[in-house]
Amino acid sequence: MQEQNELIKILVEKHGRTRNALMPILQDIVAEKQFLEPSDIALVAEELDLSAADVYGTATFYTFLDTVPRGKNVIRVCKTISCYMSGKDEIINALEKVLNIKVGDTTVDKQFTLLTANCMGWCHKGPVMLINDDVYHSLTPEAAIEIVQQYKEKSKN
Amino acid sequence: MDTSNLKKVDIIFSKVDNPLQILDKALQKSPDDIINEIIDSGLKGRGGAGFPTGLKWKFTKNEDSDVKYVICNADEGEPGTFKDRQIIEEVPEKIFIGMALAAYCIGAKEAYMYLRGEYNFLKKDIIPKMEWFNNEIKNRGLDVTLYLRSGSGAYICGEESALFESMEGKRGEPRNKPPYPTKAGYNNKPTSINNVETLVFVTMIQHLGVEEFKKLGTKDSRGSKVFSISGDTPIPGIYELELGMKVSDFVREFGDGDTKAVQIGGASGFCVPRKNFENTIIGFEGIPTGGSVMLFNSSRSMYNILHNYLDFFVEESCAQCTPCRAGLQQLLKGIEAIKRREKPASYLNELIKLSQTMKVASKCGLGQSVANPFVSIVENFKEEIIF
Amino acid sequence: MAKALINLKINDIPITVEEGTTILDAAKKLNIKIPTLCDHPDLSVAGNCRVCVVEVKGARYLQAACATPVAEGMEIYTNSQTVRQSRKHVIELLLSEHNADCTSCSRNSKCELQDLAAEYHIFDRVLLDILDPENLIADISSPAIKKDISKCIHCQRCVRTCEELQYVSALAVIGKGAEQHIGTFFDYPLNEVVCTNCGQCVLHCPTGALTERNYVEEVWDAINDPTKHVVVQTAPAVRVAIGEELGFAYGTRVTGKMVTALKRLGFDSVLDTDFTADLTILEEGTELLTRLKRALVDKDPEVKIPMFTSCSPGWIKFMEHLYPEMLGHLSTCKSPQQMFGAVAKTYYAQKKGINSKDMIVVSVMPCTAKKYEAQRPEMRSSGYQDVDYVLTTRELATMIKQAGIDFMSLPESDYDPLMGESSGAGVIFGATGGVMEAALRTAYEIVTGREVPFKNLEITPVRGFDGIKEATIKIEGTKPEWSFLEGVELKVAVAHELANANKLVRAIKEGKLHYHFIEIMTCPGGCLGGGGQPYPVSWEIRQMRAQGIYSEDENLPLRKSHDNPEVMQLYEEYLGQPNSHKAHELLHTHYFPRKKYLN
Repeated sequence: MQEQNELIKILVEKHGRTRNALMPILQDIVAEKQFLEPSDIALVAEELDLSAADVYGTATFYTFLDTVPRGKNVIRVCKTISCYMSGKDEIINALEKVLNIKVGDTTVDKQFTLLTANCMGWCHKGPVMLINDDVYHSLTPEAAIEIVQQYKEKSKN
Repeated sequence: MDTSNLKKVDIIFSKVDNPLQILDKALQKSPDDIINEIIDSGLKGRGGAGFPTGLKWKFTKNEDSDVKYVICNADEGEPGTFKDRQIIEEVPEKIFIGMALAAYCIGAKEAYMYLRGEYNFLKKDIIPKMEWFNNEIKNRGLDVTLYLRSGSGAYICGEESALFESMEGKRGEPRNKPPYPTKAGYNNKPTSINNVETLVFVTMIQHLGVEEFKKLGTKDSRGSKVFSISGDTPIPGIYELELGMKVSDFVREFGDGDTKAVQIGGASGFCVPRKNFENTIIGFEGIPTGGSVMLFNSSRSMYNILHNYLDFFVEESCAQCTPCRAGLQQLLKGIEAIKRREKPASYLNELIKLSQTMKVASKCGLGQSVANPFVSIVENFKEEIIF
Repeated sequence: MAKALINLKINDIPITVEEGTTILDAAKKLNIKIPTLCDHPDLSVAGNCRVCVVEVKGARYLQAACATPVAEGMEIYTNSQTVRQSRKHVIELLLSEHNADCTSCSRNSKCELQDLAAEYHIFDRVLLDILDPENLIADISSPAIKKDISKCIHCQRCVRTCEELQYVSALAVIGKGAEQHIGTFFDYPLNEVVCTNCGQCVLHCPTGALTERNYVEEVWDAINDPTKHVVVQTAPAVRVAIGEELGFAYGTRVTGKMVTALKRLGFDSVLDTDFTADLTILEEGTELLTRLKRALVDKDPEVKIPMFTSCSPGWIKFMEHLYPEMLGHLSTCKSPQQMFGAVAKTYYAQKKGINSKDMIVVSVMPCTAKKYEAQRPEMRSSGYQDVDYVLTTRELATMIKQAGIDFMSLPESDYDPLMGESSGAGVIFGATGGVMEAALRTAYEIVTGREVPFKNLEITPVRGFDGIKEATIKIEGTKPEWSFLEGVELKVAVAHELANANKLVRAIKEGKLHYHFIEIMTCPGGCLGGGGQPYPVSWEIRQMRAQGIYSEDENLPLRKSHDNPEVMQLYEEYLGQPNSHKAHELLHTHYFPRKKYLN
């Protein structure tokens, strides 16, 4: 709680107290902890003198401003047309298997959340996925599993 | 390639030795001179809507306001479009010059690039380059600063007024128009908002001269255009082509020999069936496009393609206006119901009528354009939708 | 500077209007009706329902008449084939995502969507039913407001109301795409979020998505329970509005008929909240004078000036959430409704020889927040819940209709004795500025022994619908015991709508404005524009109700609270003096700091 308050106070100082600062503040919180909790939104609302419902409504408009708990690594597999044509379903199946979760879920150890998302701008190199901000394109199921394994390794070290 | 009727062009990605010279040269001219050159060039917006860029700048310049803004719309989100990403990766300084020139011309001190959240990975390169550029223009005595702002995963924020709302910390819901951005845009101040590619063309028109640009394209579609080509093609990727080409020539170049349909202008664009390849032009006189062309071969189910498009729109509609919010769900559930035989084939006619209402009655371009793919796919591939 | 004039044609009829006029308003001038849903005269323009689309010659797309300003030479068609088809589609689309089980909806026959569906003959529903069954469970967590999103048409009138009028934003638009809906902070139930229960969202909702929690059946049960003595109190603003539900013109005074109707409904005693409004003035006026003495004479640093009125429960909850550090500025007086309950179940019960536990106190209020207020745990001074049920003006009208009473032809009757007498000062509590005016009529006279120096006792600076009103009254010729007020310029302010209240409170908190006494009413226009009043609402309608209230005041023989003989009798026989120990026990309360962003 203390840490969270400090993070938000720092971000408010950095971006300012106007409504125009809202998106950068929310984005930076998500970059730090992957999702927005009620207490985060309440605090940001208080600092910016906005209604908490209004801030919540704003956050829920944006796919990347998650308001439900997410794992440390958020995987988003593109499901739009080109990636659909180039086999996103196989990628999703492979990831569900290796992570032992379904799309929308988070692993028990809170390391991974598996999601689908709309077009990410790699239509010539599908299937594609984002892990946090990093892009992995031209995926095969094997490659996708390999990439996730690397993240698992990283988190162990 | 020699037999091709397509003219490949290398303007956007061409390497310029010292791009800042373009800026220096342009700053010798008055804002009006630059604006007139852009008007004369016939450059139209490369984001898809095709509004003449020079006029946009002129209108914004003519507004009486202490504060004005330039915004570079880098929220490319149309399915099948990925060219802006590559432009930002490869020639960011050309975009920055375009932004600085826009600010110089209209009288803005702040110029923002609104970069879609999916491209966050570009920020680590863009931010230091932008800082470098800001220093350079400061050294030249130009009172303009460039800033980077990010989206967070909302297709509709590519719509200019939704983008302003997002930058103002709100839900990206498109505004009523008028007023137009040139009068009341970001922070309700006069704003010139241009696509990434458009701004690069501005820079390159300054570099190459108006006449060089006008040599390319047709009367209604001056210049070249960067295309994002994907789908059933052996050579997907990004290509800069002269505007005004026939779809048939395009398919000859990029098709896999079995092309049955080409989707031009992304998910919200038009589907051209094989029988119309010969008489359809890609350009403002035919089918305008933000640059997305997607090819489908005969192994593809057009029902599945339409379903995927509608799924996308159902999720990405801002949902404030009735025709778009409820209409999209009706179209999606409607074709599902026909497929499952819960509705008769004739129900497609009801859905086409509904899509026409969405076209005329929706608040913004999203709802207005959904009828394009819907009608063009349903009418040309009726059997695939029904059976 | 005069605005430029614009010439245009609507349905081929030429018209000239001022620049900036919308197509909708220009059409109104020609008596051409364009249907609307998301548009509301109290609110900013949304342009999102699209039912008002019209054809503008030369435009590629239809234009929303509510959101599009006219332009020179425009040729507009409001009834072309494309317009008709689009409108019908829009209405049908709204119905397709709507729980159109109209007979089980409390807005049945008073629903703007239903009216349009009837007008446009949407008889054959062609489109699929796309209502999400998950939406069928209504939120009834709040004692005041029921939220049923299966009835919601996404017009966002409630969201704009809560933000623009009330500065609360309990409601917001959540999510996007097919998931988009009107919700609260993290979609928590209404009773868990910062909601003042004011009910302005209810009043501005075109359908049954937001309605009051209905207690009509509970009240019928009480009336029909022979072991219970059921008394009813009616708030000042009800008498100028309930007629609207029962065939009278906006703002008609129907006090006598309403009393007759209540008696015929079977209430054992029909009494008046105006009585406790007068009582409030004596308590609150005394409290103010005491605070002023402590501030001016005793130089007590603890005393909080300005003092705010405390009649309006939405305002109280607003302060508890948003300005908890300023709760000491609120008068400790309960609202007239709660004073009534406490006095009814003690003094009245004693005088009538009834056991308090066998009494049921019903209120008829122009308000939904009163439903919440009655259930606050501290409102049990009698040892029981002081006010058992709170009905809105609308609910009482429903009961009158259910009872088969022809309201128009009813004879008039008077309130019952003991707590039925009132002065004009009590009546004007129903309009913004009324509490202030009533307080000044009494306080000035207490201090000087003379009537307040305004013609016919009408303190006009605090009347009217300006969002924030101010007045200064110089106190001269005080009685000896009030000499510390000699020459003092009493500065007062009045605000209605919480957004205006917020501006005022903020300025005071920041030390930019200074007053002695401030009246705040939660709703636009005061209680006459309350969340429990009949549909529809506009400033014209509020104005007519205000006229009704002020003419009631003008026509009453008693105009000042301290002249109310029943109030004086209550002090003599039961309470002693204003602000006495007994009065504090029954008539005063305390407030609780709440969280800023959660209940």
